[in-house]
Amino acid sequence: MRAATLDNGLKVLVREEHTAPLASVWCWYKVGSKDERPGLTGVSHWVEHMNFKGTTNIPRDQVKGIIERYGGSWNGYTWIDQTTYLETASRDALDRMLFIEAERMANGLYHPDDCESERTVIISELEGGENDPDQLLDQELTATAFKAHPYRHPTIGWISDLRSMTRDDLYGYYRRYYVPNNATLVIVGDVDTDDALRRAERHFGRIAAGGEIVRSKTEEPEQTGERRLTLRKPATTAYLKLGYHAPAITGEHFFPLLILDAVLTGAKGLNLWSSFRIAPPQRSTRLYRALVERGLASWIGGALVATQDPFLYTISATAMEGTPLSAIESAMLEELDRVVRDGVTDAELTKAKTQLRARLVFDNDSVTNIAHQLGYFETIGGVDLFTTTPEKIAAVTAEQVATAARATLTPSNRTVGWFDPVPIA
Amino acid sequence: MPLSPVRTTLGNGATILAKHTAMTPSVAIHLSMRAGSVADPGGLAGATWLLSRVIDRGTATLSAADIAEELDGRGITLTITVTRHLFSLICTCLVEDFEPVLALLADMLMSPSIPDEEVATRKGQVITAIRQDQDNPAVRSTEALMTALYPDGHPYGRPTKGTIEIVESLTRDRLLALHRDRFAPGALTAVMVGDVDPSRAHATAERVFGSWSRPTPPPIVLPPVVRATNRNRVVIPMMNKAQTDIAYGFATIERRDPRYYAYWLMNNIFGQYSLGGRLGDSIRERQGMAYYVSSSLDANVAAGPLVIRAGVSPANVDRAIASIDEEIAKLAADGFTQGELDDSRQFLVGSIPRALETNAAIANFLQTETFFDLGLDYDATLPDLLGAVTLDEANAAARDAVAVDRATIVIAGPFSE
Repeated sequence: MRAATLDNGLKVLVREEHTAPLASVWCWYKVGSKDERPGLTGVSHWVEHMNFKGTTNIPRDQVKGIIERYGGSWNGYTWIDQTTYLETASRDALDRMLFIEAERMANGLYHPDDCESERTVIISELEGGENDPDQLLDQELTATAFKAHPYRHPTIGWISDLRSMTRDDLYGYYRRYYVPNNATLVIVGDVDTDDALRRAERHFGRIAAGGEIVRSKTEEPEQTGERRLTLRKPATTAYLKLGYHAPAITGEHFFPLLILDAVLTGAKGLNLWSSFRIAPPQRSTRLYRALVERGLASWIGGALVATQDPFLYTISATAMEGTPLSAIESAMLEELDRVVRDGVTDAELTKAKTQLRARLVFDNDSVTNIAHQLGYFETIGGVDLFTTTPEKIAAVTAEQVATAARATLTPSNRTVGWFDPVPIA
Repeated sequence: MPLSPVRTTLGNGATILAKHTAMTPSVAIHLSMRAGSVADPGGLAGATWLLSRVIDRGTATLSAADIAEELDGRGITLTITVTRHLFSLICTCLVEDFEPVLALLADMLMSPSIPDEEVATRKGQVITAIRQDQDNPAVRSTEALMTALYPDGHPYGRPTKGTIEIVESLTRDRLLALHRDRFAPGALTAVMVGDVDPSRAHATAERVFGSWSRPTPPPIVLPPVVRATNRNRVVIPMMNKAQTDIAYGFATIERRDPRYYAYWLMNNIFGQYSLGGRLGDSIRERQGMAYYVSSSLDANVAAGPLVIRAGVSPANVDRAIASIDEEIAKLAADGFTQGELDDSRQFLVGSIPRALETNAAIANFLQTETFFDLGLDYDATLPDLLGAVTLDEANAAARDAVAVDRATIVIAGPFSE
């Protein structure tokens, strides 16, 4: 992998992969819902939608088809730390992909009619999410666990902000954050590195650097007591979720906690784009045995996601029909108390490392996934993580896992969320 | 580069395919048995699904805990899927684990013990999943659409998971009988793709499957599909929900129908290309009514469905359906343009290398190729098959497939007439 920085501050990462005649281009921006102020929640995500609506040199009606002509796919996503856009297509499309990303960075149109049309699309996306009780619970749990840090609000935004935001709000936000010195361009595939860097310079070199971005310095104060919430809505199924404040990817306990999560619920890998599409290997994990095998829960899962600031480690369960949430919570806490008390065994440590080694291989099985990982790590903690993650996992000791468990899985660091269904009328 | 997989047939009738790739030090294993949900015994919809939940929970020589350790210790997630016609065990393992993992999967497929206690636990999970589905407008609308398009107990119209009453009634003996009746080497296709030499893959498959002996089950005869002749609208009120799902569909053609490639292109232009084709242009891009709208075509052994799906605010249900009607009427009146056909064709042909990039994707492609007998060189012949479709053929496919006056429409969500 070669890294370069253009004069305007744009970081460019290029990696050659010659296994298929494909190239993947991702453009990453260090902006996500944690950069939003009250009243503008959801603006990062809405801006992402607007950035598919045409530019000065890609008229609105010609957006469709540019990448499709090369058999390509395109997409984008927004989350708490990052917004990113991608194209994966035939290697012949490299120049077109770079052109699109340069246009997206500098020349978005933000036509008022498109802003209005997209408002209802996004509200529809929000309402679709509300159809899912587990997603509702996740949103409420996060908002309860954080009282100061902007991770507390959902990336989709609060509905009143989505109804009141204006075109000027969107465009102002776009202009502030979509600048080369706040972005990373990643190119992976059947390309020549020198050629790819020259093309990147040609497309992006003339875009002016933006001003310094001032970010919120608010840190979440230490949680000093357990928090609880219960959602009661008409539904068929009960859900439980525990959230513990957890370290950022650069935090001391992050990798030990990743091992701990593998022991409790199965290893997931660290690819936000693809890891969660395949369930983790979890049948021999502690919480699966304690909850699913005993018939208390029909499903359990854990999530420790790599983030820039300390976020949450969540453990979730879907109640088996007829099982009270209190029974699931008791069984779950009993297992967590045991791991805090006794730590993990050497055999569990070895198995978790093997699982994570396999998952990291699966995380990088395509040019799209490799490009995602390079850009993701660069955006949240440094591209070195791409190569150092396997070493960091291999170096974790059982004692470090025990220390991470004791530091994280405490009652005062915990938020407990119940989705307790009431009968549907 | 063409895929050129290596295919052999074992003495017992099992079909084995292997393909070498070197992108990652891993192997995708995809074992499919011709025993999907159409194999559910009469009155027992969901039996195959429950079998899929317990087949990996014990064999003649291994307990569920042994299997869990074997899989988890190697970082493997075993996915078991049930489609209308195929029951599949799918996973990716590191190349060093290939032999023991294939042996383990073969053991499950050939000799499941189906312990009683596992049946009881997995029944609870399936029942909970059915209850979750009952609270999910997307699932409710799609399942109700399939029941309406394939009425009178047609296997395509039955819910894959079954009903709570049926699941409760199933026993270990019933599942063992289902396994005995439908699982046999002659119904098996084993595909292995990854950093393993095909000769080694074939030798391993021969070793683990070669001694399995059981007569090939007779094919399941599907009742004929009768297309709807009237417009039909069903509303499933789910007033506890925020958004309404619309499923709007038709029974169409069989996969072996020579018009299939015209249908494929027609569906791509109509409801797939870029962000949902013509439907996406109208309902999402121009009117801002839905986060998602698209159509999908599932031509199958019997005439499969074309399904249009959209998630909309309850206030926009009638406007969204009117917009779908309008797009269909425009198709009938004016057809597609040559430019649209060329764009979709260029996209579909150009996307083949991307669609065949990962081991898992290649393995899935080879399974489809084998199931529908498309030829070992299907990846190479596909561009010509798509290239031969004329504008008249795509327009004829549209007129044959979709019509406002014979649409079946299901609306599930916070909406009532």
